Amino acid sequence: MPILQIKGLTHFFGGLRAVFDFDLDLEPGELIGIIGPNGAGKTTIFNLITGVYRPTRGEIIFDGVNLVGKESNWIIAHGVARTFQNIRLFKELSVLDNVRTACYSQIKYSVADALLHSARFQREEERILNEAMELLSLFNLDRLADEKSKNLPYGLQRRLEIVRALANHPKLLLLDEPAAGMNPSEISDLMELIQWVKEKFNLTIILIEHQMRLVMGICQRIKVLDFGETIAEGSPIEIQQNPRVIEAYLGEEEQGE
Amino acid sequence: MTTKDLIQLSGLKGKFQKRQWALILALVFFFALTFLIPRYGLLNEYIQLIIIYIGINIIMAVSLNMVNGYMGDFSLGHAGFMLIGAYISSILTVWVFPRNWNPIFTSIILFPIAVTAGGLAAALASLIIAFPSFKTRGDYLALVTLAFNMICVSVVQNIEAIGAGRGFMGMKKLTTMPWVFIWALIAIWVVRNFVYSNLGRGTVSIREDETAAELVGVNTRQVKVLTFVISSFFAGVGGALFAHILQFITPSTFQLQKNVDFLVMIYLGGMGSIGGSILGAVTYTVILELLREALTILGTFPIFASIPSLEVWRWVLAPLLLILLMIYRNKGIMGLREFGFLVPFRDQFGSRFWLKRRELTNANSSN
Repeated sequence: MPILQIKGLTHFFGGLRAVFDFDLDLEPGELIGIIGPNGAGKTTIFNLITGVYRPTRGEIIFDGVNLVGKESNWIIAHGVARTFQNIRLFKELSVLDNVRTACYSQIKYSVADALLHSARFQREEERILNEAMELLSLFNLDRLADEKSKNLPYGLQRRLEIVRALANHPKLLLLDEPAAGMNPSEISDLMELIQWVKEKFNLTIILIEHQMRLVMGICQRIKVLDFGETIAEGSPIEIQQNPRVIEAYLGEEEQGE
Repeated sequence: MTTKDLIQLSGLKGKFQKRQWALILALVFFFALTFLIPRYGLLNEYIQLIIIYIGINIIMAVSLNMVNGYMGDFSLGHAGFMLIGAYISSILTVWVFPRNWNPIFTSIILFPIAVTAGGLAAALASLIIAFPSFKTRGDYLALVTLAFNMICVSVVQNIEAIGAGRGFMGMKKLTTMPWVFIWALIAIWVVRNFVYSNLGRGTVSIREDETAAELVGVNTRQVKVLTFVISSFFAGVGGALFAHILQFITPSTFQLQKNVDFLVMIYLGGMGSIGGSILGAVTYTVILELLREALTILGTFPIFASIPSLEVWRWVLAPLLLILLMIYRNKGIMGLREFGFLVPFRDQFGSRFWLKRRELTNANSSN
């Protein structure tokens, strides 16, 4: 049974057609890529899945539940996590607190427990602290736990965003251009990291990316968008040979570089 | 080597516990003083009154900082909640509660009930502010809250039964130094607990990036409502204490000027810092009183005979202070920092403790 099923997803911004008739069936454990030129509607799809926008039309079934009309925090709490194209960490918060904040929906104590710092509060906070530190140590960020997140170098900020997304025990991870601004060697590290994270945390991943090397290297399946419409879908090799894709996207980039 | 580390490890906790004991002792000492000072007249009445005002202002500043500092919203309605607390508690003690009870019973049973009721009424009213805060932020929320404050004032000004613009009186002087101490302590403790919980982290994440907060799973609506409700509760408490020390309240006391006072306190002390709010409340209250003294002394000279009163000068002083603060020290005295004794162990040393413990277990397992 697919973990995510998107049917006829369509979204208009006023007269602008951002996403049109987008379909997707995602099996658990898959890693798929969505590529397309700027403004093709890729990030809009993430925003629709996570409830930032309400789609004009269409269905998003995640784990048997239709996500359309649900609050973002509800969707996140029920197993979807995402990162952002432009890093959106809580800059003034420590690395540890960035992760602990993301545990919000995991925490099982009441408002009264929080205001009184009751025994149950102490137990839960201890658990969250240990869990967050363990997660950080898996990503080699544990020694930077007390550092303000804005003070981290760029690459580590990207990594912290992934850690923060994982704090909620997601089943589906949406990565929005994780390689933006990275150099080739950093991209190689990132490719390994994504594959390792996927296995380690048993995730299904949708990846939006411009870096062809990354997408072609790790995705099992790729969807290509142009002006909100799906123009191709298939394995990396099929995509590389698809004439429409070359015309809309790959060809242009080759000339540009 | 491991034993040395263990000592270091426990030393961290030991130092913290020692400091906590020192804090508890200091609090007991000051609490005793709040009884001794009025009983034996250790300080003159005027200074006692200022200490009580400082206590009330601490409650107001600490609670306002939840919204303006930690959550990064801009509320100009805090004086409105203070008004609600002041009137509700006064109506209770003057009209509803029995007047001829034993004074001690009145002070230790009826008065706390009245103060709590004032706080609860303000908390209830804060829902009116909480809802627009879902949609508007920054300047717009400032306007909404300012409008709320003005509505509170003009509603009371038009209710004949509670004295309208002439004010409400007849309260006994129930606000004493021990009570102010206790309420200030409760306010600081509850706000500190709030700040160092998932709700507090949610509040700060809204300040940093509201959309990102929602998208890492923070229920931003829940957090906003709770922040406003708790903040307003203590504003109501502050108002109730204020009414029962002044024994006379008029709606015009709770206008924009009052809000500006509280804003100066938290900007002066430090946004997003409980210690900063306390420092700001103390500093600003003392500055105003010093100014009052200076004006009185100046007024005795014939050339300055027509010098305007403090009420006029604070309109000059407060905005001037705000402007200077914005230019030269926009994070206030404390910035985003906090006094160590206000931060729970886990939030202060939690990660270091964890790293140390792991180091020890690794060393043990490899031996």
